[in-house]
Amino acid sequence: MADLVSHPAEVKVVSKRFGKGAANIDRYLELDGYKAVQKALGMDPDAIINEVKTSALRGRGGAGFATGMKWSFVPKQSAKPKYVLCNGDESEPGTCKDRLILEHDPHSVIEGVMIAGLAIGARIGYIYIRGEYRYLSVIMEKAIADAYARGFLGKNIFGSGRDFDVYWHGGAGAYEVGEESALMESLEGKRGIPRIKPPFPAVVGLFGGPTVINNVETLASVPPIILQGGEWFASLGTPKNGGTRLYCLNGHINNPGVYELPVGFNLLRMINEVGGGIWKGRKLKAVTPGGSSCPILKAEECDIAMDFDTLMKAGSMLGSGGVVILDDQTCMVKYALRTIKFYQHESCGWCIPCREGTDWLKKSLTRFHAGAGLKKDIDNIQYLAENMLGRTFCALGDAAAMPTISIVKKFRNEFEDHLEGRPCPYDPEAVTQQLPVLAGAH
Amino acid sequence: MADAPKLVNLTVDGKAITAPAGTLLIDACKNAGIEIPSFCYYPGLSVQGACRMCLVKIEKMPKLQTSCTTVVGEGMVVTTENDEIHQARKSMLELVLANHPLDCPVCDAGGQCELQDMTFTYGAAESKFVDIKNHRDEQQWSPVVYFDRPRCILCYRCVRVCGEGMDVWALGIQQRGVSSVIAPNMEDHLECEECGMCIDICPVGALTSGAYRYKTRPWEMNHVATVCTHCGDGCVTTLGVRRSDTGMEIMRGDNRDKSGINGDFLCIKGRYAFDFSKEPERITVPLIRRNSKLEPATWEAAFELIASKLKEVRDRDGGQAIGVIGSNRTTNEENYLLQKFARLVLATNNIDHHRTADYPGFVSALAGTQNMTASMRDVASAPAILLIGNDPTEQHPLLAWQIRNNVRLNKARLYTVNSNQIKLRRQSTVFHLISAGSEGAFAQFLVGNDSAASSVGDPQALNSLRDKLRGEQGLVIAFGSEIRGEHIKPLVQFAQSVGAKLICLGDYANSRGAADMGLYPDLLPGYYPVSQLTGSKDEDWMGKAPKQPGLTLQEMFSAAAGGRLRALYVVGSNPVARYNLDPFALKNTFTVVQDMFLTETATLADVVLPAANAYEKGGTFTNTCGDLQRLQKAGDVTTVKSDFEIIVRIANAMGYDVHGLVPFAPGLRADMGQTRGAESGEADRHKVWLTRQGIEPKLSPFDPLALLDEIQRLVPGYEVSRLNLMAGNDQHTQVPDIGSGELPSHPELIVPSEDTLFTSGTLGRYSKTLNSVMENDRAVPEDAGIPAD
Ligand SMILES: Cc1cc2nc3c(=O)[nH]c(=O)nc-3n(C[C@H](O)[C@H](O)[C@H](O)COP(=O)(O)O)c2cc1C
Ligand code: SF4
Ligand code: SF4
Ligand code: SF4
Ligand code: FES
Repeated sequence: MADLVSHPAEVKVVSKRFGKGAANIDRYLELDGYKAVQKALGMDPDAIINEVKTSALRGRGGAGFATGMKWSFVPKQSAKPKYVLCNGDESEPGTCKDRLILEHDPHSVIEGVMIAGLAIGARIGYIYIRGEYRYLSVIMEKAIADAYARGFLGKNIFGSGRDFDVYWHGGAGAYEVGEESALMESLEGKRGIPRIKPPFPAVVGLFGGPTVINNVETLASVPPIILQGGEWFASLGTPKNGGTRLYCLNGHINNPGVYELPVGFNLLRMINEVGGGIWKGRKLKAVTPGGSSCPILKAEECDIAMDFDTLMKAGSMLGSGGVVILDDQTCMVKYALRTIKFYQHESCGWCIPCREGTDWLKKSLTRFHAGAGLKKDIDNIQYLAENMLGRTFCALGDAAAMPTISIVKKFRNEFEDHLEGRPCPYDPEAVTQQLPVLAGAH
Repeated sequence: MADAPKLVNLTVDGKAITAPAGTLLIDACKNAGIEIPSFCYYPGLSVQGACRMCLVKIEKMPKLQTSCTTVVGEGMVVTTENDEIHQARKSMLELVLANHPLDCPVCDAGGQCELQDMTFTYGAAESKFVDIKNHRDEQQWSPVVYFDRPRCILCYRCVRVCGEGMDVWALGIQQRGVSSVIAPNMEDHLECEECGMCIDICPVGALTSGAYRYKTRPWEMNHVATVCTHCGDGCVTTLGVRRSDTGMEIMRGDNRDKSGINGDFLCIKGRYAFDFSKEPERITVPLIRRNSKLEPATWEAAFELIASKLKEVRDRDGGQAIGVIGSNRTTNEENYLLQKFARLVLATNNIDHHRTADYPGFVSALAGTQNMTASMRDVASAPAILLIGNDPTEQHPLLAWQIRNNVRLNKARLYTVNSNQIKLRRQSTVFHLISAGSEGAFAQFLVGNDSAASSVGDPQALNSLRDKLRGEQGLVIAFGSEIRGEHIKPLVQFAQSVGAKLICLGDYANSRGAADMGLYPDLLPGYYPVSQLTGSKDEDWMGKAPKQPGLTLQEMFSAAAGGRLRALYVVGSNPVARYNLDPFALKNTFTVVQDMFLTETATLADVVLPAANAYEKGGTFTNTCGDLQRLQKAGDVTTVKSDFEIIVRIANAMGYDVHGLVPFAPGLRADMGQTRGAESGEADRHKVWLTRQGIEPKLSPFDPLALLDEIQRLVPGYEVSRLNLMAGNDQHTQVPDIGSGELPSHPELIVPSEDTLFTSGTLGRYSKTLNSVMENDRAVPEDAGIPAD
């Protein structure tokens, strides 16, 4: 289990019960647990949705879609059952926040699922937990059982006359099933392949029923919004970017860890104050601000507010909150390779550009970093990634292309430094391959 | 009927087009003449969005969109080609080629490969990649299916056609990412229907056929669209044919161009079971019994012997001492000619064939009605289908395909009444299990005979089924041979009351044609009773056809045993095996058998003549629904002759004026290509004989189509468009309206073939492919006879 860190700049909303034993239902109840859902039981569904809209809560899973809006897309009437799905597949490199919530405050997730259910008229919720997080499913299983035992789940919840069921489901080890429609396929027992959209999950989702799917952190943010009001939550962040986020500071800093900071917190401050600065007395080279799929920021671009819109303007993304900080001793070719290795491994293989593109990017970058790079490889890598972007079946292809494009663009000089048998400037040992002897290869 | 869907207006490449609401953009464009490239999209199968080749620009959408997943919208403005789109497609090809082995020079698909074509279009042939390609070894999944992963572009067409189309679900996808691989259901091999649909639908050479692989190239073959010679459904199969030392060799069968009633469907038999024609056991020279052994002889000697014997018996004992047994696999022209030969030359009505359905009973029951038969095409579009008896998945694979597709794509309702849990129950809206033999009672129940219900099953369920059926408009009723004789009439009555159309299911490629062409002792072509031959009808047969009904097949054998049948002429049939007849019955009967193999019947013969099969001749077939289709000769095989030619030659040797049998004359010539066989030396063979007879060589009496005029004139229902027929289109024939009265039907003589998907009478016994697949021994009923005919 992960050690907890903390910093005075933090504003604890989602993480307020971390380290307080709130996985225990009694402890959770002492700490205002299950109050929000009881309040929501007395509210009109539209009022719940409006409160969430007012809060300017945006999805913490990556895309940053306005949560209240998403909920409002679910049709009021439906012949098929509606569902709430909590996306706990957290697998984006650099991102490790949902696991803390699931570990330290599982009941807040259950409560969030229930409130979402009340808002859209669903009576069933699923919490999908990443396969590798097996220890968290044990915690979640107990939390759900305890909630049933108290009558918070099941028939006639809190004596309200209404029913609500929550189940957890374990993944089988695929990053791709974090994609919402692939997650639904997986939950239905099929291969984790995304679905064609439209129809969107809000209309045709799990088992064909209207479905709201949200990230763990998104749903864990809901009970405080209901209890303390949407306006309060919105005021914590910047306009249209309400609340706080769990930023996962990792990489070459002195104090890595998950810190809850207001949305819009300055990135440099995050690195230097909260994270304690670059390690080993080195300098900052670059940051991937929102999980490995986001375009990279050079050091000089890092004086920036960490919210969705500002980062978007700067050509990157806030994504899932995984902040990867790289020092000046980092080989960017190796970083690009490490990133693409992940996406190549995790591509579901459904569509040509992602399946073949990630594989060839990996092959080229592997050879390139090993000292057998050709001049034309640099353009080819760029060409490959640019031709994947926007043309794949789901966003995984984009997630692989975006960082690659930005790294080649912003650090082309480092690629050139690797050329034609020259050793990696940062790791001369890495040269293991000879130039391919191919007619016309140059 | 539902209203036609509303039309949507959109603009594609500056052109205003309309399409019914709900149409996929890719289809709307195709219908407007704008082709959008695609790999994974396949009409009639679920959409995938996997290959990304069909990307187009749609105004107001930031990214390119896949036109195979986009439904047309009012006011949509679409661009299907510009630099960005071109580049997107080109890069897709570059990527898919990156791991592709590029072994086109040896690949079966080379020359007809969608990936090759696309690469030429988008100029993606130059590779940017220098790294090593991923490799996996080729796998054999069954005798007919091989898989070569490196060539696979993962379009998932094979997976879908097997699952959605065939309802077999034998293919799936394993692993993920670049390791994704198509996999068979039994881990390292397939257990399935072995139809080969997956192979044909594969856009590249990843799935190849054990029957064809690495044997030839597409451009080295002639491609001849003809009709399958196996079951009664009449699929068009396009044969790839090459010249060989025996004249020609059929290399493969498929129907990729979707010509014909079957679209691209073929079952294992239509796709692979042409191989019987090159079986070494095939008879290639005439055999004459000498010293109780069958020994090779010349055609001339055989004709002379047959002619003298037949003449001798006819002139001494009369025509009633001669019997003729026709075939379910010979063409309409041959069947027509055979009965004409029997009646006019041999002066006998002793002619019959192996009956697999009660067609005379069907025609009787339909008396006084019009247009009440359904075509094979109707099955694919009818809003509802009632299936009584039979197991189409095994016995009528095309019918089953049509039904499944209709249910899946058009939400047609299928009502199934059967004494077995047949596979089509999975598509059935209502499946009603009845006890074997109560199909007839069910028909009675349908027309209101409620007391019949007690023997059929739960009256409540039956009532509700009948209510549903009464509410169906445009119903098609298909029934197996379980319904015959008196039970057909109530079914027709019910059909009349709801405006339904009917299909009477018979086995074998031309059993319907055999019936229509009068291979009956008591019925002439068009089901005209011999006993009613008077006036102009009589003149059609030059007043010479005997008017006494002749002997049925079984009566002929009894007569032979009793010494009353002195000669028997069997054309493409194996009655001894099929009816389990006493071989000694023929001891004293001069027997001539025309066949491809030494069947149980042929081994008893005094003369055996090597016959051509349906792929080696022209003519027409009528399928079980009454759809008339043209056969095209794939090529000539040396030393064998078509049944048509053999009959003409025997008549000629008997001194009969051939003009009276086949009305060939200048101007009647239908198809000059038919029997000339310029490729195999046939031309000379014919020319010599023809010149000797003083006949203008270009007008051949061996041309089956020379008889088609007469058939069209004398067989009611066959007056279809000649032009359409010759162009290869199926033409639905109606049954003749006999007005009133009952035709003799002998339902007791009906013996279904009991073939499964993997058997096909005699032909199936000699098909290596059918015998090699492991599924071959499944599901053959224990009491089934020897596969014959
Ligand atoms: C390849 C891929 C992986 C994803 N993985 C996750 C994940 O692990 N957890 C998550 O919450 N969202 C993930 N998402 C985003 C989800 O598709 C979806 O947008 C999100 O769960 C919606 O929740 P939110 O609105 O609360 O952010 C992923 C998306 C893609 C394309
Ligand atoms: S982009 Fe394509 S191959 Fe990649 S994960 Fe998505 S669907 Fe699968
Ligand atoms: S084997 Fe052929 S049909 Fe099947 S997925 Fe591969 S390329 Fe497509
Ligand atoms: S369904 Fe019948 S006609 Fe069609 S290919 Fe099979 S055997 Fe031949
Ligand atoms: S044809 Fe549209 S994605 Fe393949």
